[in-house]
Amino acid sequence: MTPQRQGVAVRLEGLSRHYGAVRALDGLDLELAPGEMVALLGPSGCGKTTALRLLAGLEDADAGRDVVDGRDLTDVPVSKRDMGMVFQAYSLFPHMTARQNVAFGLRLRGRSSAEQRSRAGEMLELVGLSSQADRYAHQMSGGQQQRVALARALAIEPQVLLLDEPLSALDAKVRVQLRDEIRRIQLDVGATTLLVTHDQEEALAVADRVGVMRGGRLEQIAAPGEIYTSPATAFVAEFVGLTNRMDGVAADGVAQVMRARIPLLPGSVASGPVSVLVRPESVEVHTQRDGEAEVVAASFLGSLGRVRVRTADGAVLLAQVPTGGAGVLQVGDRVSLALRPVPALAVSRD
Amino acid sequence: MPLTSRVRGGALLGVAPFLAFTTIFLAVPTLVVVVGAFVDTGGRPTLANVAGLRQGYILDALLSTLELSLTTAVIGAVVGALLAYAVVTAAPDGMLRRSVSAVCGVLAQFGGVTLAFAFLATVGSQGFVTLYLFDHTGLAVPGDLLYGLRGLGLVYVYFQIPLMVIVFLPALDGVRVQWREATESLGGSTWQYWRHVAGPLLMPASLGSTLLLFANAFAAYATAAALVSQGSPILPLVVRATFTSEVVLGQANLGKAIALAMVVVVAVVMTGYAWLQRRTSRWVG
Ligand SMILES: Nc1ncnc2c1ncn2[C@@H]1O[C@H](COP(=O)(O)OP(=O)(O)OP(=O)(O)O)[C@@H](O)[C@H]1O
Ligand SMILES: [Mg+2]
Repeated sequence: MTPQRQGVAVRLEGLSRHYGAVRALDGLDLELAPGEMVALLGPSGCGKTTALRLLAGLEDADAGRDVVDGRDLTDVPVSKRDMGMVFQAYSLFPHMTARQNVAFGLRLRGRSSAEQRSRAGEMLELVGLSSQADRYAHQMSGGQQQRVALARALAIEPQVLLLDEPLSALDAKVRVQLRDEIRRIQLDVGATTLLVTHDQEEALAVADRVGVMRGGRLEQIAAPGEIYTSPATAFVAEFVGLTNRMDGVAADGVAQVMRARIPLLPGSVASGPVSVLVRPESVEVHTQRDGEAEVVAASFLGSLGRVRVRTADGAVLLAQVPTGGAGVLQVGDRVSLALRPVPALAVSRD
Repeated sequence: MPLTSRVRGGALLGVAPFLAFTTIFLAVPTLVVVVGAFVDTGGRPTLANVAGLRQGYILDALLSTLELSLTTAVIGAVVGALLAYAVVTAAPDGMLRRSVSAVCGVLAQFGGVTLAFAFLATVGSQGFVTLYLFDHTGLAVPGDLLYGLRGLGLVYVYFQIPLMVIVFLPALDGVRVQWREATESLGGSTWQYWRHVAGPLLMPASLGSTLLLFANAFAAYATAAALVSQGSPILPLVVRATFTSEVVLGQANLGKAIALAMVVVVAVVMTGYAWLQRRTSRWVG
């Protein structure tokens, strides 16, 4: 389906904001292409919400600018920014039905009640809630309330859609279902979207690009696959997915780790003793009676399994193994290890 | 079901003190009033007491009481609501908030002889503010300021405002910031937010609180009794007069009829209050 309209380009330039001694944002630069969905990911307190609220105009920046579709919005009040917002929870007006909530933005703009009604109906249909139009928030589940909130934000045909942890108050199953639906709808309407989340799976699953934040700055922004396979910093490598820190020696863009030669990613420490950040799926484990390592823990997660092995020098490594292979690994088994030559990041040893 | 009945028995035991209390101090007096209103001094059934309510001085006192209650309820509600709003916006859960709640908790219960004395000592004919103003500016506080209906109104407002703050704070707490922010992001102005969101959401609580204040003033006795020694401008004092008058004997049952009328007014008002409270909790809960 072709988008109803193209989104607009959004640019945050050097945004800073402090609260007392806390630097919530420290010169954040971020660009969103028209119609793109960017997820901001990072640990609690890294400034994700602050970034989104500055773009919404709900907070003022100490320094920096928000430019939307070429227009500097820094001094434009929230109500004139034309951005749809979905909050974490409890944002529906409790004295209005779902339909009235969705129509509210048009009512504020003085549109005719016929237009309000038809547009609200359309939006509720888009989020699959036509049958709940006359319900109040307290008569709906958390997931339904968030759908209505999304419909309400989209009803004003916003240039930009801002989502602040819209799924974090929901249980796991609803969360997965609704995140896919949000993505479908976002592609459908084509709105440029900023999604704030601390759930890496959510960010990687739905966004065109994922921005990993730390201490009020953007650590790396890239497509989900790239964030995972080519992390720019140790922080990104360790925040997104699981990693092992293995001792090695680097030279000429390659690190010697155990008996393997691991190609190094850009940004790696180029020579000398290093820690190489190796993903569990790059560690191969083979049962072998006189193997140099021992299985110390094993857990099986459906199609995959994870095992912890202790090497001869006492280091503990996490490895990912296919289940259903010949031998099922058990605690106490002797194994041998091999590393796949998958490019990895090398950082200086602590 | 031995288990359930034991649990039920235990629960009953828990509320027994409360039941005993309400029986002794609420049910019994109400019964005395209701029965007394419909019998004569000899204990024979009669409607004469109720018919006696139509006397001019009783109707006058009723009007004055309604006026006093309504005025102090509205003033108390408006000022108290603004105060509560200022507290909530200034410091959502800081020291200020806690201090104001504590002070209001005390002041709302501050009535009767103590409050009357406090006012006499400040703006009474020999009060220190009265004397200070006269000595330093030549302004005279009217000597009878406190003794008429106006004076009562002034004193009542003193406990109505803190009562409003206490009952209105929880309603304000129920208004979430997201609602304001959602309104703004949808293009709404501050005025539109109050008109379409905060106003309608707070309306039941405001009306309900005003009714509570009304009932509070309507039934107040001790403060008025301590201040007013001449005449009986309001119903609670008329009731007192029927019990203590040495001029007209045998009016105690007329007093009970007046008390019954007051119970009816308060009951109607409190029913309205309860209904409005339920409407609010339906949204918030
Ligand atoms: N209104 C405020 N007053 C004081 N400090 C604030 C305020 N808002 C945010 N902060 C601080 O700024 C920093 C960044 O906050 P922010 O809410 O942007 O983090 P976040 O990345 O959204 O975290 P979370 O995942 O916990 O939501 C935090 O240290 C926070 O305590
Ligand atoms: Mg946040």
